[in-house]
Amino acid sequence: MKGPENIRSRAVSFFTEIGEISYFALRFFREVFRPPFEFRELIRQCYNIGNRSLLLVCVTGFILGLVFTLQSRPTLMEFGAESWMPSMVSISIVREIGPVIIALICAGRIGSGIGAELGSMRVTEQIDAMEVSGTNPFKYLVVTRIVATTLMLPLLIVIGDTVALLGSAMVENLKGAVSYQLYFNEVFDALKYSDIVPATIKSFFFGFAIGLVGCYKGYYCSKGTVGVGEASNAAVVYTSMLLFVIDFIAVFVTDIFFEVQ
Amino acid sequence: MKEDRSIAPVLELRALKKSFGDNHVLKGFDLQLHEGEILVVMGKSGSGKSVMIKCLVGLMQADAGVIRIKGYNITELGQTELDILRTEIGFLFQGSALYDSMTVRENLEFPLRHHKEKLRITETNEQLVLEALENVGLAEAIDLMPAELSGGMKRRVALARALILKPRIILYDEPTTGLDPITSKEIIHLMRNIQKKYKTSALIITHDVDCARVIADRIILLVDGVNYIEGTYQELIRSDDPKVQAFFKT
Ligand SMILES: Nc1ncnc2c1ncn2[C@@H]1O[C@H](COP(=O)(O)OP(=O)(O)OP(=O)(O)O)[C@@H](O)[C@H]1O
Ligand SMILES: [Mg+2]
Repeated sequence: MKGPENIRSRAVSFFTEIGEISYFALRFFREVFRPPFEFRELIRQCYNIGNRSLLLVCVTGFILGLVFTLQSRPTLMEFGAESWMPSMVSISIVREIGPVIIALICAGRIGSGIGAELGSMRVTEQIDAMEVSGTNPFKYLVVTRIVATTLMLPLLIVIGDTVALLGSAMVENLKGAVSYQLYFNEVFDALKYSDIVPATIKSFFFGFAIGLVGCYKGYYCSKGTVGVGEASNAAVVYTSMLLFVIDFIAVFVTDIFFEVQ
Repeated sequence: MKEDRSIAPVLELRALKKSFGDNHVLKGFDLQLHEGEILVVMGKSGSGKSVMIKCLVGLMQADAGVIRIKGYNITELGQTELDILRTEIGFLFQGSALYDSMTVRENLEFPLRHHKEKLRITETNEQLVLEALENVGLAEAIDLMPAELSGGMKRRVALARALILKPRIILYDEPTTGLDPITSKEIIHLMRNIQKKYKTSALIITHDVDCARVIADRIILLVDGVNYIEGTYQELIRSDDPKVQAFFKT
């Protein structure tokens, strides 16, 4: 049977990949603080990322808040606890659902885009051309993109969370006749620093993961157009997995720092 | 005799070896390019010409051998020194390798971003870009995207980009492959004009016999991973060796 051998070779390539990505991340940290800096390209990438995903994030966030509230209403009503709605929704969206869902959407949107773009640049020798023209392609292409996703994701998540809460407030307003002002007063009462700070820190890591994996997959794309498709696909799959791992670790760490008081 | 020059060659490869697994592509390839010379390397498809030229500029790591550019051993240089040395080399890629996301103008400006000051170039970017495009006869394409250009135009823009820093050495990887005979002739004509105008040295990789006949000062045949034979076009076509004849007698 080829089964066990197959599993072993897969395990080996899995761990090799983890090693290579770690090395890639290391190289990023070595180059990110070393001049020359590519500010213009960084701004352009930030703009691209925001531009590409803002609408998507808003629509998803809105529906998320809407559906979440609609689904929870009957249960809360059963206990006569509708007044808890704003605090429950806001805490779960800000702490967990918002960041994770929006990061997953961005992995699909931004991560795959980066994978495909760098992959096709690799395959058509554009990255080689940069290198021979005396520009460090790692700095120009990879560092700017990773920094851009790391900076932009928290922003997108804040926007997505806000829109989700708006969606939720709308349901409460229509179904429960709660005014928007009352709803958001409740929300701000419910949210504590210990909800917001860890979630924000977490979203920086999400952004970093999306940029890192997308760039890694694209930058080392194997030859051919098939490779480009694979790079963009693998970027999404690996990033999604990594996002959950980061989330798990983040929850774990948050628990240690904020709950045990 | 050209080989007897006492001055050091601008490019030199010695005993270059490169394998991919069991595929031994280069098995000890030697090459010397002298100042002002046009050297043509010919070889079958898949014989390792592109691999050789990529090792030469450090895009690929050679397994063994010495690579010298203007006397510097490139494996001993740091990244910064290598980048500076690379500004003296123009490289025309087999597939043109224009940056898809940039216009023709931005493509040409790209090599200028970090190196203008170091090279003491005083012209503005605009002047340099226009001059380079006029050299290849494509000044009107300045604001087009690469996707809007034909294959031949792409090749010419790529040539303009390779020339923008006024390099002393130009490497061409199959400059005429995939083009119709007329466009090929134009490209060959361009390469000769550039040679005359800027007094550069050039290494041309090709399997186009016409191109070699028109332009080469000297030809090297790359067969089975080594430089099989070396000489002028006239010398090579008179050779009795069957492997050499396979190239020239069709
Ligand atoms: N990155 C790579 N990985 C593995 N093998 C490679 C790689 N690049 C080239 N090769 C192998 O090296 C050999 C030479 O390839 P190369 O591209 O140098 O050929 P070439 O002489 O330029 O051919 P052509 O005239 O078609 O361009 C081929 O057998 C190819 O399979
Ligand atoms: Mg080739």
